[in-house]
Amino acid sequence: MKIETNRRLKISILRFDPHVKGDKPRMETYEIEEAPGMTLFIALNDIRQHHDASLKFDFVCRAGICGSCAMIINGKPDLACRTLTKKLPGEITLAPLPVFELIGDLSVFTGNWMRGLNERLEAWIHEEESEFNFNLLEEPMEPELADEIYELDRCIECGCCVAGCGTIQMREEFVGAVGLNKIARYQLDPRDKRSDKDYYDLIGDEDGVFGCMTLLGCEDVCPKNLPLQSKIAYLRRKMLTIGMKDKSGCGC
Amino acid sequence: MRHDREHKSVAAYLCGYISHMPARLDFLQSMTGLILALFIAAHLLFEASIIISKDAMYAVTRLFEGYYFFGESYPGIISFLAAAIFLLFILHAMLAIRKFPSSYRQYQLFMSHMQHIEHGDTRLWFYQAITGFMMFFLGSVHLYIMMTQSSDIGPYASADRIYSDWMWPLYLLLLICVILHAAIGLYRLALKWGIFEGARPKQRRKLLRKLMFITLFVYLGISLMSLGTYMVIGYQHSDRAGERFILSNEQPAEVQP
Repeated sequence: MKIETNRRLKISILRFDPHVKGDKPRMETYEIEEAPGMTLFIALNDIRQHHDASLKFDFVCRAGICGSCAMIINGKPDLACRTLTKKLPGEITLAPLPVFELIGDLSVFTGNWMRGLNERLEAWIHEEESEFNFNLLEEPMEPELADEIYELDRCIECGCCVAGCGTIQMREEFVGAVGLNKIARYQLDPRDKRSDKDYYDLIGDEDGVFGCMTLLGCEDVCPKNLPLQSKIAYLRRKMLTIGMKDKSGCGC
Repeated sequence: MRHDREHKSVAAYLCGYISHMPARLDFLQSMTGLILALFIAAHLLFEASIIISKDAMYAVTRLFEGYYFFGESYPGIISFLAAAIFLLFILHAMLAIRKFPSSYRQYQLFMSHMQHIEHGDTRLWFYQAITGFMMFFLGSVHLYIMMTQSSDIGPYASADRIYSDWMWPLYLLLLICVILHAAIGLYRLALKWGIFEGARPKQRRKLLRKLMFITLFVYLGISLMSLGTYMVIGYQHSDRAGERFILSNEQPAEVQP
């Protein structure tokens, strides 16, 4: 009987802790034995357990739902918990996501960035407060529409689309696909009483939908496979009709 | 990223609620690009009539000079068309340059991103930016000559310009740039606005990408062949450079000795 030997994986990690005085960014390589069904999550835990207890990385759910383990895997942003090592070559390079605040090693602070984005885009249902009544039943919604909203609501704010976007690397004020997807989601929702003009005010400029250069990095790296290209194109058409029609602004 | 938009400058208050310019500029960039790409698609095919024969190319030249409508040639029509295209070209360049990296830092961030991510469509945009930049110069030279010397178009006149007047290196570069830029541009335009996306946009994108590459190579093939044909004609005609073409059935009967 032929006994298959497991691969030895060489995992190089960009190590740097900005909070440690004098620390300098460097690549460190760890060699571990691959196990059947191994994910990068398991591999990183193996490294922390057997090689270097100081390695920083984020995990919560291990099932591609929480979005905390996004990192750059061999140049591409992806979720470490959903990445099987057998689908990667024997030499793997890991780096933290760009754009976001670096906590240390592979750990980045996506939370405060996403919070800022949600506040900037007011990513919540807007209702007339005077009309709001807790005792009323919610209006029923067509199942197709509910599905469509749910499809976009699957975004886990992992930051992969931001890391995969060439535009945002150059122009940090660009809202990115995560932001545009949110607007597409609320714009679909009949409970949100904001007008198209309100949405235009949020994303109708070059930091918003008209800043998107259609590089499609977001579409191709999104671990949830969200229809980002299609939704951004939809918003672009929608915002164009408002920008062409409305004459109330000064035009500058 | 700065999400904080509370701190507005005085301009933001004076300008009121929303500005329509970003929407209009984006649309105008796409529209001028679309018109230019369609123009180029037709232009290169008409140009390639030289592959069929000198007579065919001469017929196309006379068609655009209005010969078949007015009974004589008016190269001024070509000058006018070239000027109109030049204006569109300048407008498109002005709008598109907004997307270029505006500092070394931005350039470096983009390049490093592109090299690491190895993502096809990111690279396609970069090719468009590079070819667009090159065409600021290459395209301007070509358009200016077409505007000012529109009567020098024809099987011999064009071939002489290309071969004897040393325009071929410029045309070769311009040809490659314009085909890359237009083919990639049309593909990206379709995705940018979601045109032709159908019920399954992800599948449709693969098809559009394939179509883009086919168009790109077919046009490159045809155009290089036609440039080659002009080169050969120009070479053969180099000792009589400047002499004009006469249709084979309009040539005066040779005098028998």
